[in-house]
Amino acid sequence: MDYDVIIIGGGVTGCCIARTLSRYDLKICLLEKEADIASGTTKGNSGVVHAGYAADRKYKKREFCIRGNKLFDQAYKELNFPFKRIGTLVVALEERQIKDLVYKRNYGTEDGVPGLEIIIDKNRIKQIEPQLTDKAIAVLHAPSGGIISPYEFTFALAENANMNGVEFFREHEVIGINKIVAGFEVKTKPRKFTSRIVINAAGLYSAEISRMAGADTFEIYPRRGEYILFDKNSIHLNKVLFPMPTRLSKGILVSPTIHGHVFIGPNADNILDIEDVSTTIRGLKEILSGGLKLVPNLPLNAAIRNFAGLRAVSNTMDFIIEATEMVGFVNAAGILSPGLTAIFAIAEEVVRILVEDLGEELKEKENYNSYRPKPEHLSDFTKMKLNQKIKENPAWGRIICRCETIPEAEIVNAIHSPVGATTVDGIKFRCRAGMGRCQGGFCKPRVMEILSRELNIPYKEVTKRGKGSHYLINNVLCIELTEDKKESKGVTEK
Amino acid sequence: MSESSKEDKMSEDKKVIRCTVCPTGCEITVENVDGEVKIRGFGCKRGEEYAKEEFSAPQRIITATMRVENGFLPIIPVRTENPIPKESVFDIIREISSIKVKAPIKVGDILIKNIHDLGINVIASRDMPIKT
Amino acid sequence: MKSLDVDIAVIGAGSAGLGAAIEAKKQGMDVLILERNDELGGITLQCIHNGFGLKIFKEEITGPEYIQRFIDEVKELKIPYKLDTMVIEITEDKEIYAVNKKEGLLKIKAKAIILAMGCREKTRGAINIPGFRPAGVYTAGQAQRFVNIEGYLPGKTYVILGSGDIGMIMARRLTWLGCEVKAVVEIKSYVSGLIRNQVQCLEDYNIPLILNHTITKIHGKDRVEGITISSVDQNWDQIVGSDEYIECDSILLSVGLLPENELTTKAGAELSTNGGPVVDNYLETTIDGIFACGNVLQVHDLVDNVSAEAKRAGENAAIYIKERSNKEQIKKDLIKIVPGINVGYVKPDYVNFSNLENLLHFHLRVKEPDRDVIIVIKEVNKIVYQRVRSFVIPSEMIEIRTKFKSEVISPNCRELKIEVLPVSLLEVIDEVE
Repeated sequence: MDYDVIIIGGGVTGCCIARTLSRYDLKICLLEKEADIASGTTKGNSGVVHAGYAADRKYKKREFCIRGNKLFDQAYKELNFPFKRIGTLVVALEERQIKDLVYKRNYGTEDGVPGLEIIIDKNRIKQIEPQLTDKAIAVLHAPSGGIISPYEFTFALAENANMNGVEFFREHEVIGINKIVAGFEVKTKPRKFTSRIVINAAGLYSAEISRMAGADTFEIYPRRGEYILFDKNSIHLNKVLFPMPTRLSKGILVSPTIHGHVFIGPNADNILDIEDVSTTIRGLKEILSGGLKLVPNLPLNAAIRNFAGLRAVSNTMDFIIEATEMVGFVNAAGILSPGLTAIFAIAEEVVRILVEDLGEELKEKENYNSYRPKPEHLSDFTKMKLNQKIKENPAWGRIICRCETIPEAEIVNAIHSPVGATTVDGIKFRCRAGMGRCQGGFCKPRVMEILSRELNIPYKEVTKRGKGSHYLINNVLCIELTEDKKESKGVTEK
Repeated sequence: MSESSKEDKMSEDKKVIRCTVCPTGCEITVENVDGEVKIRGFGCKRGEEYAKEEFSAPQRIITATMRVENGFLPIIPVRTENPIPKESVFDIIREISSIKVKAPIKVGDILIKNIHDLGINVIASRDMPIKT
Repeated sequence: MKSLDVDIAVIGAGSAGLGAAIEAKKQGMDVLILERNDELGGITLQCIHNGFGLKIFKEEITGPEYIQRFIDEVKELKIPYKLDTMVIEITEDKEIYAVNKKEGLLKIKAKAIILAMGCREKTRGAINIPGFRPAGVYTAGQAQRFVNIEGYLPGKTYVILGSGDIGMIMARRLTWLGCEVKAVVEIKSYVSGLIRNQVQCLEDYNIPLILNHTITKIHGKDRVEGITISSVDQNWDQIVGSDEYIECDSILLSVGLLPENELTTKAGAELSTNGGPVVDNYLETTIDGIFACGNVLQVHDLVDNVSAEAKRAGENAAIYIKERSNKEQIKKDLIKIVPGINVGYVKPDYVNFSNLENLLHFHLRVKEPDRDVIIVIKEVNKIVYQRVRSFVIPSEMIEIRTKFKSEVISPNCRELKIEVLPVSLLEVIDEVE
């Protein structure tokens, strides 16, 4: 056997399971079909760590969420990802909705959600969140709710897992799983892998993977959510603002990001195409109107990006975390909201399944290191420190992204960190170059040049997010010239 | 779908020309009536001259880039020293694109002499120091 | 940390920065230019087309040739400059913090600062184009850099959204290189850029210009595969059922430019509605001794106009240093210049009362195109300036140069309004008065 455990899927679920299992004496690898981890549902996520009062008691996701929320404090100390417990508000705009807030508070408190409080004093509401509409008549404040950068969190998990021996294979799409004696053979386009245990954390593709393994059948339906992001400094929010939830979702929220932008979204659109992350006129209008109900002063002319993400909704409407009849094949699927919050509890559950259902005797590694150092950011430096850093490494003195003030050194570090960036998007999501108001207008060619140099690939082979997403097609000659001669090895090749 | 840029499908003896001399954009009609060129619709003297030239022999300055060996940049912007006949635009571009020049280059240096025997040179639009 | 003292620090070495630095140096100032790029010249270097220099040099040259003349002059005058140097902070006390690889963090104490950082392009997000987010969507300027500086083609078949000048010029450049430009799509009912570019870049090559349309979906998950365009109504809302698919591998956005105001804001200067800083007739911002010129102040359509504005900024910054003591006095009587009917914005935002008899430069853009108009400056209802124009369009900046006789404007005037009115409307006003 090549491995003890193969994890399929490099989203937050797969990476958190990888990191959790990396504590034990197991040989583990993670297979991801995209050019980078955190490329699927993890990327298009609201980035909210929920307090846990929201889901119905009949679902296991409620219990996992409340437990998961508590586990964030320790993880934050160990993994140094951007995270803040700023608190969330559910906003009632009508008298009849207050009853619902009371249920949420009472059940939530009973189930261990700390500090839940209903506030009806208008002055206090205004003080807590000055941007909130005057029409708010009551809010449910949950101080344990927080915001997080979901992809930076996932990178932190992956880095730490990798430091502890988990091997990551990106651009390794699983195309077949065969049961073999005492384990599985997992086929990917580039090569085959074998292992005793396979954990399916394939998100939107988890139903397909489960079927491939001949295990439980369940269905995954993509539910799309669209977002609009506003420029930094165009508006400031203290809290995550939720409307009263609908049957489909928690509704369109207005929230600050951990990096000081404000976003609105998501809507909830059940679609057919599992890869359709396109935004729509209708959807963008819908979230705008939803957002304006909570915050009438949205800076509509300061939008810098719209995007859409998908949730992987299972037919059970709940998490599917279980050992299957295909012994050794474990599902961690249907992880929709509040999956991000629940993630450490989900990983704990996978450990329990390994021990109790599969009879694994997990031994802790002697050299396990739970600490992942915080990536160095110019924005955290004092002036003196910056000066000193440039003296040590001049790359700190070349600012590549002007909007977010990101120097070359941070980009190079993002490339060479464990499970590092290989694409322009990889850089953007790891160190924010291209994330600001100009959306890479200035820095993209420079980021491409650094990727080309550090990864030793031709300039025009640099992609946005892997295969097929090239920015450049050819050297500038007449097209007929380049096509006739097919030389294109001119001096313009970097 | 409205296409406002359709080529005028008139005979070669008559043409409507949009004047580019100033932002007013007068529509000037130029007509060849038995060998005599008649122009109407212009707003000024410069417009009249422009229309006359556009009618009989439209010319354009060509700007392009040439590949550079050992330069600070891989390519250098160039232009034709004077306007060239509009119909030879693509031939000229093809020739400019196929030639490689060596740095250092100074602005105004002649990079291609008498291109296509038009009696016009292609000159450098900027300095191009050598790669350091 | 390395510290420097200079009279005037100029931020940005494009056409505005170089022009301002040259003038300040000629006025005897000790000047330092800070540039984030690896060479002097700014964006004009990638504008390899011709059409530059008619006003300043009385001949038509290309962008690189135009800026080369300024670069040469900077070198002749031995004006010091720092390349690959990014300004990260400006304080109200005119201390500049900048970084580069060689010197680390620099602290530059300046008696005056000239902001000349230029502008940036509006992006896809700014105009909220729906659809997928593949590679292959570029701002026109970004594509221009790939093609004209780096020597790479971003794609083979293009649709250009927006009929701004850079977009139309890129349409021609790409056509010349053998690429296919399928269409230029413009949401407005008229072209945003100059007519000259419409004729010579689009019409010359039969590139369709599709007015009253916009992109309503971008197709392609990894790389652009095509777009849907739809016609729009007067409110720019999509007309249902008007969709049309166009196959292409690249989209260029030429949908407008905004002053680069990151540092302007950090310095604490107040911004006006056009996105540039509020300035008085000295081009001085609301921060004492910090001046602005070129596209960082207002987006110009001709680089020649940038140079002219830069020259004034350089001169005024020098005057500021030389005659600092009088300054306080002058500042007290500011007249606000207010954009009125059919005026998008006007610069400067204020005029010093004591300067009314000097030659004043006003720059403005109209909101909507119009014919046979009269441009007026009014103090309350009294017209103190008027000029007739046969044609105005938002893409063409209007310049007014005038002096006011002291008796024309009342001593307690606090506000002058600029309006662009149909001539017919003015006749009505006359009758009423």
